[in-house]
Amino acid sequence: MPLPDKTCGMEEAISRIVDGATVMVGGFGVPGTPFSLIRELVRQGQKDLVIVKNDANEVGMGVDWLLANGQVRKLIASHIGLNGNAVSMMNSGKIEVEFVPQGLLAERIRAAGAGLLGVVSDIVLDAPSASGKTTVMVDGMRGILEPAIRADFALVHAERSDRFGNLCFAASARNFNPLVCMAARHTIVEAETILPVGAIAPETVHTPGPFVDAVVAIPELLGVYGVVER
Amino acid sequence: MSLNASERMLRRAAREIRAGMTVNLGIGLPTKVLAYVPHDLPVCLHSENGIAGVGPVLDRAYANRNLIDAGGAYVSAIDGTSYFDSAVSFAMVRGGRIDLTLLGAFEVSGGGDLASWIIPGKFTPGAGGAIELAQKARRVAVVTTHVDKAGRPKIVDKCALPLTARGHVARIFTDMAVIDIVPEGPRLIELAEGISIAEVEAATGTRLLVADTPLPTF
Repeated sequence: MPLPDKTCGMEEAISRIVDGATVMVGGFGVPGTPFSLIRELVRQGQKDLVIVKNDANEVGMGVDWLLANGQVRKLIASHIGLNGNAVSMMNSGKIEVEFVPQGLLAERIRAAGAGLLGVVSDIVLDAPSASGKTTVMVDGMRGILEPAIRADFALVHAERSDRFGNLCFAASARNFNPLVCMAARHTIVEAETILPVGAIAPETVHTPGPFVDAVVAIPELLGVYGVVER
Repeated sequence: MSLNASERMLRRAAREIRAGMTVNLGIGLPTKVLAYVPHDLPVCLHSENGIAGVGPVLDRAYANRNLIDAGGAYVSAIDGTSYFDSAVSFAMVRGGRIDLTLLGAFEVSGGGDLASWIIPGKFTPGAGGAIELAQKARRVAVVTTHVDKAGRPKIVDKCALPLTARGHVARIFTDMAVIDIVPEGPRLIELAEGISIAEVEAATGTRLLVADTPLPTF
C-alpha cells in the first residue's frame, strides 16, 4: 500500500479557506513563516479572519500583508512589538488583539492538537484578560484552566516535505510549525523542497504526515525569506 | 550612566553565569552580559524560539536565514546545539531546566516582584516568553540601570505596573549596586566602585538592608 499523495496547487489549497475562519500560522519572526501561502491568501482576499501566530512579523512582511489588506478581525499572539502597524491597529481598535504568554500559546495549541480540551498551569498573567479564568485544584495546588486553542486552518512552512506530508524544518524555523500542524482541522504546508515518499528517513521526520492535509510547492523563494537587513 | 559603570555592571552580572548552567538571557542589557562571559566556560544558552546551545551572533554576510534567537539576532550553531518546537522550549522553562535567567526591568520591588512587560497605554507589545521565564526559571536575576531615564528609582517598595512575576527575583545587578532579595527584604551586598551606600539609598525607592561590615565593590 503506498502512502497517499497530498500535493496540491497553491490556489486550490488556499481557496478552501472561508471568510471568518480561524487560521493558525507558523513562524517566529521570519524563520518558519509561510510567506507564499500568506501572499496567496492576500491575493484571494478572504475576510474577517482570526489569525493565531506567535508574532505579527514586521511591517511589510507576512501577517502584516493581511493586516494592511483589512483581512484580519482578531489576532492571537504573544508579542507584536516588531510590527508598529499591528500595534497602532490594535490601539485604534481596527483589530482585536489577544495576548497569550508564549509558552502558554504553544501549549494551548499543542493541547488542541493532542485532542485535549485544555491544560492546567500555574503561570499567572497580570492583565485584565486573565480575570474570570477557571481555577482548579490539582494535588493541593491551585492551577488555572487554559482552554485549548484550535483552528480551522493551519499555514505551515517546511524546509522539506515528502508527497505524503512528512515534514522537516530548518534550524529555528521549526518553532510553532509542528504545533499548528496538529491543531487545525485542515493543515496546508508550503515546502521549499517536495520529495518522493521514502526520501525522508523515518527517524528524521519532525512532523508525521497524518497531521498534514495539503502540500504545496513554493514557486520561488521570495526575498522576504532572506536575511533581514535592519 | 557612564560607559564604565555600564561595563562594570555587565561584567559583574556575567559572574552570575557559572559552569554547567542552562541560561536564558532576556533582550537588551541581559544579552550584552554575554560579552563578559569567558569563552571557554561550559554553559548552555537557551533561546525561547527553540534552541539549546546558542552559538555566537554572526555578521549578516554569514547569517543563516533560518537561525535567529528570540531577539531576532542571527546566531549560529555550536557542537551539541539542538533545535525543537516552542512547546518543548517552554517545557524546558516550566519544567525547571533553566538554571538562571537574566532579565531587564521597568520596576523591581523589594519583595522581588518584577514589572517588565507592559506600560499600559504606552508600551504594549505583548509579553513574549518573559512571564514564563520570570515565573519558572530556577533563579531569576535582573540587570537594569538603577534609575530610569528621568532619574526615578527602578527599585521600589511596590511595583505600580502590571507584574511579570511576583516574588521571583533573587538578585538585582545595577550600575550602582548588587542587591539580593532575602526574606527580610532587599539587602545591599555590593557597591559599584566609587559609589557610596548613601548614594545607593538615595537612588532607591525602598528601604535597603545594609550590613555593618564593609561591602565588596565591583
